[in-house]
Amino acid sequence: MSPLPVLAFLEGVDPWIFAFSFVTVVVTVWMGFRSAKTSKTASDFFVAGRSVSVGWNASAISGEYLSAASFMGVAGMVMSSGYDALWYPVCYACGYLFLLLFIAGPLRRFGAYTIPDFAEGRFDSPLFRKIAVCFVLFIGFFYTMPQMKGAGTTLAYIFPGMPYWGGVVLVGAVITLNVALGGMKGITLVQAFQYWMKMFAISLPIFVVMSVYGFYGAHLKANDGTLQLTGTPAAITQNVERKALVEKAPADSPWISPFGPLTTKAAKAAGLSAEQAKPYSLLYTYSLIIALVCGTAGLPHILVRFYTNPDGVAAKRTTMWVMILIGIFYVFPPVFGVIGRNLMPELYAATGAKGTDKIVLELPRVVGGVWGSILSGITCAGAFAAFMSTFSGLLVSMTGALAHDVYGRMLRPNATPEQRMRMFKISAVVIGGVAIGLGSQVEQLQINFMVGQAFAIAAASYFPLLFMSVWWRGMTMKGAATGMLGGGLAALACTTIINLSDLKLVDLAAFWVANPLIRILCEQPAIWTVPLAIGLMVVVSKATAASVPADIRMKMLVLHAPEQLGLKQEYIQEHQAGAGH
Amino acid sequence: MSTPPSPPDAVHSEEFLRLLMRRQLKLSVACAAAFLVGLIGLPLLNYYAPALMATRVAGFTLSWLLLGVLCFPLVWTISYFFIRRSIWLEEDEVAQVKKGRLDS
Repeated sequence: MSPLPVLAFLEGVDPWIFAFSFVTVVVTVWMGFRSAKTSKTASDFFVAGRSVSVGWNASAISGEYLSAASFMGVAGMVMSSGYDALWYPVCYACGYLFLLLFIAGPLRRFGAYTIPDFAEGRFDSPLFRKIAVCFVLFIGFFYTMPQMKGAGTTLAYIFPGMPYWGGVVLVGAVITLNVALGGMKGITLVQAFQYWMKMFAISLPIFVVMSVYGFYGAHLKANDGTLQLTGTPAAITQNVERKALVEKAPADSPWISPFGPLTTKAAKAAGLSAEQAKPYSLLYTYSLIIALVCGTAGLPHILVRFYTNPDGVAAKRTTMWVMILIGIFYVFPPVFGVIGRNLMPELYAATGAKGTDKIVLELPRVVGGVWGSILSGITCAGAFAAFMSTFSGLLVSMTGALAHDVYGRMLRPNATPEQRMRMFKISAVVIGGVAIGLGSQVEQLQINFMVGQAFAIAAASYFPLLFMSVWWRGMTMKGAATGMLGGGLAALACTTIINLSDLKLVDLAAFWVANPLIRILCEQPAIWTVPLAIGLMVVVSKATAASVPADIRMKMLVLHAPEQLGLKQEYIQEHQAGAGH
Repeated sequence: MSTPPSPPDAVHSEEFLRLLMRRQLKLSVACAAAFLVGLIGLPLLNYYAPALMATRVAGFTLSWLLLGVLCFPLVWTISYFFIRRSIWLEEDEVAQVKKGRLDS
């Protein structure tokens, strides 16, 4: 019996994997449509009426944050690089602490819809708002590309016959439609659901695998260097079954120890010995930590959600819960990497989408039979939840920037609520379309690498802007703009050079071999771009000290005084009286 | 346009703002320092005491256990302390202002 030609791409599809993924998509879309009925006003669309409860909001932020890179990329990276890759999940989670300590409370008290609102309100400068809007869109697009890549590769795994771009277009269109119809209120509900979906999908299968094949510690214990020969049959080491490593896999010792393959690559390429490479490796590690921690605190699509809390205390409680929720989640992906190294070392031999990145999707199959397929189907559904939720969160924040800032503030300040609602929908379709177009072009770039770039740029631009604006009253618009652009563009230039060189468009191999230090500072620029941005802000602000906003004391009070004092209403009234409209 | 209700001057004074920002920043910096000791210290320990960090604890190397599992509870502890303390600070500030209002 030959299948219909139209359905040719369904050939070779595992029915269980397909069923779970399909149900995830259908439930997501259904929830979006259902909540579309309840969100009526423009305020509902932008910040969900500011009445989302702490539990829902924390689940939604976590759901938005756990992207394809967290769900699939971290496990794959731990499998391929070992210990050094652990910094990724840890710093993804720890960045929230910085957000809580320095930024979340003041930003919420200041009360504005978006980061550009904050930028304009803090510096009384419509020009600065335009710069900030450009950065929201810019960093956003950088972050949508890896999500689209994740979507394309997962669909290619589920439907072996489907081309990469087909998956990108399909997933992109579904999410864009969902956002255009539901707005942020729908998204909050959907993303809260998706967090729990992802948590379930990453934890249940790994517990089943562990109960059959041995636990986390036992698998790590087996990585003691006794099995390094290739071609030997599967062996029982320390009571845990281990298959022979393939040629491309790193040996046990560098894999399990700090300063392994990931951080010593540049120094090793320069022909330095293991001991000589260690200082470079330490530098790389610190720069990575700065990029990831500060980048988290500066990601625009995460920040915008703090405005959906009813008050500053709720914003702080939300961050606490987000840290607990994502902290628990991030314990699991490395377990996939560790067990994958012992049970599926054949993945080391392949590259890209066929390589270690798909370990989360593939590992549950070791259980065998229908149960293996079902568990693999569950992790596939989790992967869907991962890239769908992050992409819709990004789409909302970018659409908000376009509809609320560019249209509502710059082009048509007097637009009616109906016009603004329609514009939100049009913007969603435009941005979704551009993201799909970009996403279909990046098949050759690695997911984690692209996410790292978005973090490095956010760390050098938004984080210094927010941190300094909140805590230093001497900051001027010129200082803020110079620092943000200087740091952000320096980080962008570095990542562009690395991209061009890695894609072999520019031949810098000999230069990198001669200068491993410069290679590391370009690959992980945060260690110098973040201080550069802050330094520029201080110097330029001092030089233009005369242009500090006149009502700076009032602004600082609104940022820092408890909300119960009601200073915000007073400030807004004064401001409106002063502006004359 | 109706005139906004005139608030007590104590709230708008330079001293109040300075006190407010200093107390909050002190708390934030103290919490950040506790956290940074761990984040900066672990790579240094890995660098200077590799043998110690490679000690096996229940199958994990000590370094892996600290980074991959135990750092999350540390972060939760710090943030729990911070949230309790900062909510207390806000309540105290509100109480002080109200007292000032009664006194003046």
